Amino acid sequence: MTLPISFVFFVLLGLSVYFYYHAKSSIVRKAAFLGKRSKALPSHYGQQSFLWAFIPSFLILLVLTIGGPNYIDQIFYNKIQELNPTFNESFVSLILAKVINVSNGKISTDEETIIILAKDYKIAFEQLHFYRGLVVILCAALLGMIISYRQKPGSNAREQVEKFIVNIFFASAVIAIFTTVAIILSLFFEALRFFNLYNFFDFIFGLHWAPNVAIRTDQVAAEGSFGMIPVLLGTLLISFIAMCVAIPIGLFSAIYLAEFATPKIRDFVKPTLEILAGIPTVVYGYFAALTAAPFFRDIGFSLGLDVSSESAIAAGAVMGIMIIPFISSLSDDVIRAVPQSLRDGSMGLGATKAETIYIVILPAAIPGLVGAVLLAVSRAIGETMIVVMAAGLSANLTVNPLDSVTTVTVQIVSLLTGDTEFDDIKTLSAFGLGLALFFFTLLLNIFALSISRRLAERYD
Amino acid sequence: MRRNGEIMTSKFRTKNVEVYYSDKKAIRDISLNIEKNIVTALIGPSGCGKSTFLRCLNRMNDVIENCSIKGSIHLDEQDIYGPDIDPVELRARVGMVFQKPNPFPKSIFDNIAYGPRIHGLASSDNELKDIVYNSLEKAGLIDEVKDRLNDQATGLSGGQQQRICIARAIAVSPEVILMDEPCSALDPIATAKIEELMNELCESYTIIIVTHSMQQAARVSKKTAFFHLGDLIEYNDTDKIFTQPENEKTQDYITGRFG
Repeated sequence: MTLPISFVFFVLLGLSVYFYYHAKSSIVRKAAFLGKRSKALPSHYGQQSFLWAFIPSFLILLVLTIGGPNYIDQIFYNKIQELNPTFNESFVSLILAKVINVSNGKISTDEETIIILAKDYKIAFEQLHFYRGLVVILCAALLGMIISYRQKPGSNAREQVEKFIVNIFFASAVIAIFTTVAIILSLFFEALRFFNLYNFFDFIFGLHWAPNVAIRTDQVAAEGSFGMIPVLLGTLLISFIAMCVAIPIGLFSAIYLAEFATPKIRDFVKPTLEILAGIPTVVYGYFAALTAAPFFRDIGFSLGLDVSSESAIAAGAVMGIMIIPFISSLSDDVIRAVPQSLRDGSMGLGATKAETIYIVILPAAIPGLVGAVLLAVSRAIGETMIVVMAAGLSANLTVNPLDSVTTVTVQIVSLLTGDTEFDDIKTLSAFGLGLALFFFTLLLNIFALSISRRLAERYD
Repeated sequence: MRRNGEIMTSKFRTKNVEVYYSDKKAIRDISLNIEKNIVTALIGPSGCGKSTFLRCLNRMNDVIENCSIKGSIHLDEQDIYGPDIDPVELRARVGMVFQKPNPFPKSIFDNIAYGPRIHGLASSDNELKDIVYNSLEKAGLIDEVKDRLNDQATGLSGGQQQRICIARAIAVSPEVILMDEPCSALDPIATAKIEELMNELCESYTIIIVTHSMQQAARVSKKTAFFHLGDLIEYNDTDKIFTQPENEKTQDYITGRFG
């Protein structure tokens, strides 16, 4: 008898729902019998029973589904090793993989031992599934029964249900934090492996980025050099150009939308601007490469300037257009959130609309505006696709926007795509870059937060 | 009721004023003369149009969309809805204090200096300082805040904030100050201070106050207008209104039978 996970889950859900209604009606009966009013609403007792029946059993189901197969694999791994202790680790793993594939029917084999093991393996899995279903369903039924039996009109089910729900919220927050920590740690340890192979200070302050190393040990190749300054400078240059485009246009359109546009125009303009945010970055990328880059090159040519066909200015300008909606949409919300009473107060003193906006509204909106710009900057720094397509891969140490530059994210992509070994210095340097980028954006965030705090004009 | 002599001293003359929000008529056919250098109170139950009428007097209703106004309002023989009137200049002559204290999130000094700065009333820093100090003094606030002019105005108590708003309005040296329920968000002590202030200020300014509190109207005003459902029911000396009202509705309202 097999109990697939979907079946078990629906039985569990059904049981829990049953206990919800069961507890709800039984508490009414108990209260009537005792001649007392229950402390909470009957539905609270129902919710309590539901949670008790559902959550623990669901967690068991989760643990068994994730941990069970690993446990079985471990048992069979040991079994195979016992058969012939001379096998080394990788050979045992190989046999185990074969056993698993045979048991799934993916491949066939003549070897007697493997067929026997595969049969055992299949049986073990069936048993796991069977007991998993049994344990989960029994647990749900038992807990549901106990809790509905023990519920008394005098106990406050609402308090407990609310406490439980608060814990769920807390757990969600913790999961988000743990994920962040896990990402940082994995980045950190990989980067550490890189710094074992390459000097930390040479990386941080190095002015030359050329991640070419010999593919075979006997090959003659230039020694790779991993100085991140040119790459970081490229990121800064392109982000700077993007912000020069996006901040004025985004902010001014936000002021127009929030303060001057009639509702009709606003209802049309705001969603249209937000369409910009929905365009995939790849599309922006080829817009930059095929339309913007030649455009800038032609302009440069007519001015007698030498613009390379992949230029920082093309990538930066298109990236700026991409982040306009982030700034305009958020700033619009922030400006509109400034209380009407401040506008009235200013107008009531005979201020013009421009004076009101410039002296009262924008200063009051500063923290939110900084937040909007910050979000846009992080988008710009993290953006990869446009730069890959429009700004090139060559790491030039330059601040000339007409030159071709590369950015941190582009380098990470080009280092990690294709056939790469994960213990190679070239591959590992990507993690070094990732860590550097992470710290850089972190510093930027802290800096911007402190600025916005200093400029903030608090209104009630 | 209106003798020639009175018209000479009236600050505002309104004739057949009607205000519409979209198609809804908010006030109907309001004609009254508001006298110079006294406090005039506008009373009436909620939604009777007294605030709407008040906001007509400095064209604050222009800011609201779909709001249209008919009739005429004259300030010193000048039609304030005339084509040659700039609402921005008008609002410098007719200042306003709002229901909820709304100091700007700036320092106390910058709050008071806001009006003089935008209208270019001070030619030097010292002159600006004088204006700020004078305004604070007139608002009876100078002793409380003179040592912390650079503190945030939003950190003051509600009553102080409202007096900052009055000082801010005075700093532009207006001719009229409109007050839209200036005490409704304040405690009795702060209210008493503001009422005292109104008594002093009406020597140099014409004050028009909208209030929900009949006691307040009786205490501070010399003339009272009673509004009901968009109509002006009765307009007379405050003493008369509160002792022997001519209209039955006024009688009902001031004795607390409705509203």
